[in-house]
Amino acid sequence: MMFSLIGALLAVSGFFTRDDTAMYQRSLNINVNLWWGLFLLVFGLLMLFLARRKS
Amino acid sequence: MPINIHLQGIDYAILFLYCLFVIGIGFALKRYMKTSADFFMSGQSIPAWVTGLAFLSANLGALELVGMAASGAKYGIMTCHFYWVGAIPAMVFLGIFMMPFYYGSKARSVPEYLKLRFDERIRCFNSLSFAVMTVFASGISMNALAKLLHQLLGWNYDLSLWICSAVVLLYVLKGGLTSAIYTEVLQFFMIVLGFAPVVYLSLKDIGGWTQLKSTLAKVAVDPATLDLSTKTFAPDAWTSAWTPLLAGSSANPMGIDLFSMVFGLGFVLSFGYWCTNFLVVQRAMAARNMGAARRTPLIAAVPKMLFPVLVILPGMIAVGLAFTNKDGYRLPPRPVSNSAYTKAVPLVQEAKKANAATVSAAVSEAVGLKLSEPKIAALIAANSAKPLTDAEIRSGIQGAVLENDYDGVILSLVQKYCPPGLLGLALTALLASFMSGMAGNVTAFNTVWTYDIYQAYIAPNKSDAHYMTMGRIITVVGILLSIACSYVASNYNNAMDIIQLVFGFVNAPLFATFVLGMFWARTTSHGAFFGLLAGTGASALFHATTLAVGNAPGIKGGYLGVLAVFPSEMAQNFWLATVAFCVCFFLTLFISLATKRTKSDEDLKGLVYSLTPKLVDEEKEWYLRPAFLGVVLLVVCVIMNIIFW
Repeated sequence: MMFSLIGALLAVSGFFTRDDTAMYQRSLNINVNLWWGLFLLVFGLLMLFLARRKS
Repeated sequence: MPINIHLQGIDYAILFLYCLFVIGIGFALKRYMKTSADFFMSGQSIPAWVTGLAFLSANLGALELVGMAASGAKYGIMTCHFYWVGAIPAMVFLGIFMMPFYYGSKARSVPEYLKLRFDERIRCFNSLSFAVMTVFASGISMNALAKLLHQLLGWNYDLSLWICSAVVLLYVLKGGLTSAIYTEVLQFFMIVLGFAPVVYLSLKDIGGWTQLKSTLAKVAVDPATLDLSTKTFAPDAWTSAWTPLLAGSSANPMGIDLFSMVFGLGFVLSFGYWCTNFLVVQRAMAARNMGAARRTPLIAAVPKMLFPVLVILPGMIAVGLAFTNKDGYRLPPRPVSNSAYTKAVPLVQEAKKANAATVSAAVSEAVGLKLSEPKIAALIAANSAKPLTDAEIRSGIQGAVLENDYDGVILSLVQKYCPPGLLGLALTALLASFMSGMAGNVTAFNTVWTYDIYQAYIAPNKSDAHYMTMGRIITVVGILLSIACSYVASNYNNAMDIIQLVFGFVNAPLFATFVLGMFWARTTSHGAFFGLLAGTGASALFHATTLAVGNAPGIKGGYLGVLAVFPSEMAQNFWLATVAFCVCFFLTLFISLATKRTKSDEDLKGLVYSLTPKLVDEEKEWYLRPAFLGVVLLVVCVIMNIIFW
C-alpha cells in the first residue's frame, strides 16, 4: 500500500509540473519542470507497478 | 539585498498535496494500531528496505541538510568525512555486531537493554537524559527551520511552526511508529527527488566537476575574498578529502588533525551516535525479523554514502559560483535584525558624503556585522543625491554585509535555479526533511517515556490499553514541549548552547559503556554506572579547561582556566569525546574488576557476545548475509575515499 502512495504522490506532482511548464522557462533554458515532472511520473508509475505485483 | 523567494499557486499545491498524503498515511494505518507494541514498535513487522530508508531519514533532519551544505561551503569536500568516516563504519558495526543483542534480547528500547544488561540506575540515567535531549533537539531544529522560512519566504514564524507540528502530530498520533517509518520513506524519496535537479542544474551551470575543481582551487589559495577564512590554503584544500587532513590541522579549513578526525569523530562520536542512539536504533528494532533488523543499517548505509552529492556538493558549488560571481551570485549575507536597522538607518540618512568611512564604521557597529565600505559610501551618496525610502536603505545595508550566512546557501541555490513548480518541490523536500527529523524525535521520545519512565517507575502493571493511551497523550505533550523549546531557543540563544553542551557531555562516553557491556561479560553494573558518570564528568572538566582559538573563555569552554588550545571548535569537540570515552572505558574496566558480578552467565545470555550462541544466518542467499553486505560497503567506502583523496 505504501508503494502505491509514494507512486501516486509523485505521479500527481509530475502531472502538476508537466501541465504548468510551458510558460515558465527559466534556469539555463531547460524546461526543468517538464523533464523532471515526466521523470517523476515514470518513477511513480514504476512504484505503483511494483506495489501491484507484490500484493 | 535579502533573498526573497516568491511562491506561486503550483508550489503551494505541491506542498499541500504532500501534507495531505502524509496525514493520509497516518489515517490509513490507524486500524493496525491495536496494542502498544503496534504503536511503539510497529509490531516488528516491517521489511528491511523500508526500515533502512527510515533509519536514514530519521537522522536526516532539516538541520542536517542545511548544515551540511553550509559545511560544504566552509570546508569543502572534507565535510564528507562526516559520512564516510563518521557514519558508514559505525552503521556496518551496528548491523553486524550490535543489532543481534538489541533485537535478540527482546528489549523494547535502548534504555531497556541497559536495564537487562546492568541495572535500573543506568537505565534511569540514560532514559531521562535521552528523553530531555530529544525534546530539546527537535525544539532547536524547529526554531532553526521556522527562522529560515521566515527570512526567506516571509512566512510567519509561529504559523509555520504550528502547522508543521500539527501535521507531524496528526500522523504520529494516528499511526504510531509505523506511520512515522512509512512517511520517513516517503520523505526520503521526496528529499532526493526534490534536491537532485537543483544540484544537477547548478553543477551544469558552473561547468561540471572539473571546472568546479579548478575554481575551488583558486578559492583555496585566496579564501579571504569570500570572507571564508583569513588563512590561505593549498589549492586542493576544498577538493580533496585526505591530503589537507594529513598535512596537519593548520593546513585544512576545518582545523582538524588526523587523530581527532579518525578516532574522535570516526570512532567515539560516530559509534556513540549510530550504535546507541535510540532514535535510529528504534527503526532497526521495528524490522520484521533478525535478518531484516541487521540489514537495516546496512541498507541505510548505501544512500548515506552517496548523500554528500546531494548535501555537500551544493555548498561547494555555491562557493564556486560566488567566486566567479556568476550572474551576480554571492553567498547569502547574514541577515540584519529589525532592531539593528532602526539604529543603522538614521546613521545613513544623516551622513554626508565626506565622512563615509567613519559612518561606515558606525553603521557596521550598529549592525554588529562586517560591512563593505564602498557599498555604504555609495549608499550614502545615493541618499544625499536623492533621499531614499526606509526600505531602500535597509536593503542597501543588507547588501553591504560581508559576513556570510552559510545556512542560507542551499536555499539561495534553490531560489536561483528553480522555476515555480520545481521550487515547490524543493521546498517540500526541505519541509519533508524537517518533518522526518521531528517525527523521529517524537516517536523515540514517546517510546522511551512510556516504557522506560512511565511503565518502569510511575505506573507499573497497568493494562496494555492504558499504556497505549499514555503513549498518545505523551505524543501530544512531546510535540508541545518541543514547540515550547523552540520558543526558548528563539529567545535565549545561550541557554540552548548550554543545554546542547551538557548533552554532549552525557553522550560522549556512552559508547564505552555499551562496547564493554556487550563484549565483556565481566563488566559489572557498578562499573558501568560509575564509569559513565566519570566519563560525563571528565568531558565537563575537559570543556572547562580547554578553548578553541579565537573564543573568549566562557560558554565555549575554558572557564576554569585554559590548559590547552585547539585550532578550531570542532577539534576541541572531537578531543572532548576522545577523552570522555577513554575515561569511561578505563574506569568501567577497573571498577568492574574491583566489584563483584551481580548477574550470572545465565542472566546475560543473549545480552553479551561471548555468552550468546553464535548466530546462524537464516538467509540462504549468501548475498543477503549481513557480514557480506558489510564488507562490500566498507570496500566501496574505501574506494570512494581514494577517489577523492
